[in-house]
Amino acid sequence: MSFKDWFVKRSPLPEMWREHMAEYYAPKNFNIFYYAGSLLLLMVVLQFLSGFLVLAHYIPTARGAYDSVYGIMYDVHYGWLMQYMHVDGVSLIFVLLYVHMARGMLYGSYRSPREIVWIVGYTTYLAFMAEAFFGYVLPYSNLSYWAGTVITSLFKSIPFIGGWVTTLVRGGPGMSGDTLNRFMALHVTLVFMIIVGLIVLHILYLHKVGSNNPDGIEIKASKGPDGHPVDGIPFHPYYSVKDLFGFGVWLIIFGAIIFYAPTFHHIFLERTMSTPANPLKSLPDVTPPWYLSPFYAMLRSIPNKNAGIILMVVAVLFPFVLPWLDRNPVKSTRYRPITRIMLLIFFINFFVLAYLGEQPPLPKYFFAERLGAFIYVAFFVLLPFVSKFEPTRAPPARVRFRAH
Amino acid sequence: MKKYVIWAGMTLGLLTGGAPAVFADNGPQLLTPHYTYNAKTIISGARLFATNCMACHSIKFMRYEFLTNDLGMSKTDVHKYIMLPTGSAFKNNMTSAMPTDMAHKWFGLPPPDLSQIVRYKSQDWIYTYLLSFYRDPKRPSGWNNHLFPNVAMPDVLAPYGGIVNERGQVLRAGDEPPPKFKEQVTDIVAFLRFVSDPSVVQRHDDGPWVLGLLVFFTIAAYFLKKEYWKEVK
Repeated sequence: MSFKDWFVKRSPLPEMWREHMAEYYAPKNFNIFYYAGSLLLLMVVLQFLSGFLVLAHYIPTARGAYDSVYGIMYDVHYGWLMQYMHVDGVSLIFVLLYVHMARGMLYGSYRSPREIVWIVGYTTYLAFMAEAFFGYVLPYSNLSYWAGTVITSLFKSIPFIGGWVTTLVRGGPGMSGDTLNRFMALHVTLVFMIIVGLIVLHILYLHKVGSNNPDGIEIKASKGPDGHPVDGIPFHPYYSVKDLFGFGVWLIIFGAIIFYAPTFHHIFLERTMSTPANPLKSLPDVTPPWYLSPFYAMLRSIPNKNAGIILMVVAVLFPFVLPWLDRNPVKSTRYRPITRIMLLIFFINFFVLAYLGEQPPLPKYFFAERLGAFIYVAFFVLLPFVSKFEPTRAPPARVRFRAH
Repeated sequence: MKKYVIWAGMTLGLLTGGAPAVFADNGPQLLTPHYTYNAKTIISGARLFATNCMACHSIKFMRYEFLTNDLGMSKTDVHKYIMLPTGSAFKNNMTSAMPTDMAHKWFGLPPPDLSQIVRYKSQDWIYTYLLSFYRDPKRPSGWNNHLFPNVAMPDVLAPYGGIVNERGQVLRAGDEPPPKFKEQVTDIVAFLRFVSDPSVVQRHDDGPWVLGLLVFFTIAAYFLKKEYWKEVK
């Protein structure tokens, strides 16, 4: 008996490899948006690596945190590389998350039988938001301090136990070294492990039902004599080599940002991140990072704190019910022009909200913020009716694909 | 392919022309320093900084050795022009000799550390700030600033740039002609920009190699992908 036979007999790995790579049949007509999924996996691994390295030099105390973070920048060999990888990586993960979700919405990937894939994926996005928030409090800059104060104060709106919960989250009446300790614990263990677990679930649930494609039709409906979908190709080697090319292009973009524009015009690394926490010097306007600011703009559009929080929570939770709001038998918006236009307006509106959320709270923005919040909610409210009655074109029986 | 061009165009149009153009900028009008960002301007800024600023302001994350290692300044020059007689070692951080408790007494607050000031405030802000001082007898220091009203800092650069009153009338001309003075202020800004991120030297040294390697990898991966996908009909 050769070593290979001996090993294979005892190992679950060959079977897993077949199930998820070599014999996982994916539609052959994936387009550019489908790179986002594998790139996210790459970025999570890179965040883990860079995070591990910066964690080795970080001191989670109110006195030492800020100096230790800049100690990495100035004194640690290639510390700037670890730091910029970790900081810019966050923003790039959110770019990819938005592309990944937008693609799912464009081609109806959240529809039956993939509702759980969508819900698990959206939960991962929320976990990333929490992870990012805990992460940007850790350097204990003035932005960290005030953003931490503002975000943890949201818990005060919980009826009856709000004050108690806020104290529990902060580890005291205000932001302090204790807050840093528990946020670091959450950032590097609990929330990170939840993210990894959710990603595993996301992939397992996807592989159970199979991938969607830009045409939104089931490739399993037309199978060849060998029992495999005729329009499907094994993930390995076809998509693994394709994703390798995607990795290359993406790493060039990532590298160019790290080496030549690490702050990305202070969008990826805000200016107020460069001054230490000061409880006596509140920031004139605390704005969240760009990837959270659409929701912040909606929060701010209502002048009552509790009503604003309710609107923001509703806005964040709405996508969970998306699979049941869409009632059209056709999945892909390639064949549903009205939904496609609605979606494009929704995406543009999301960008505009992100921009507005970064601006100081001036009256001239209030109308635009309210309009943006209205369009965001209106999309979800209108979708059940529009999808029921909209005219559609008939999707093809087989996927559209041009050999290249 | 055409589709992707349209998508890219839409995204770009949105980011550059769309939303931001609708609203005007919110901050005060700032001047922009024009200069080439190289070792020469940075070193000349470092000398001005050491002579005029470092008595009060620390740049605590910087070390003297960064000036030789990263900028190629000679060790003797650093000793002669930059290092103040504080008994500091060459590997030490560049901190001011002013005791913090005394600074509290003199200014109300110790002068801020300037390690990250360009990151925090922007080059334009520093440049405008340094050119916005005017004589104001009502202030305890005798100075005030258009950009930062009632600032505790006096116009340290007045001997070079001269003294103006609130309306900009020249009360005493400086030792340097105005264009030369502006160049000096620009050099200080260049130095502070370097201080806020000294990794720029290493980043720009390593960048082409890393990106070149990645481009090479990507080209190889592209042809590998093309080879495999030939079979997909």
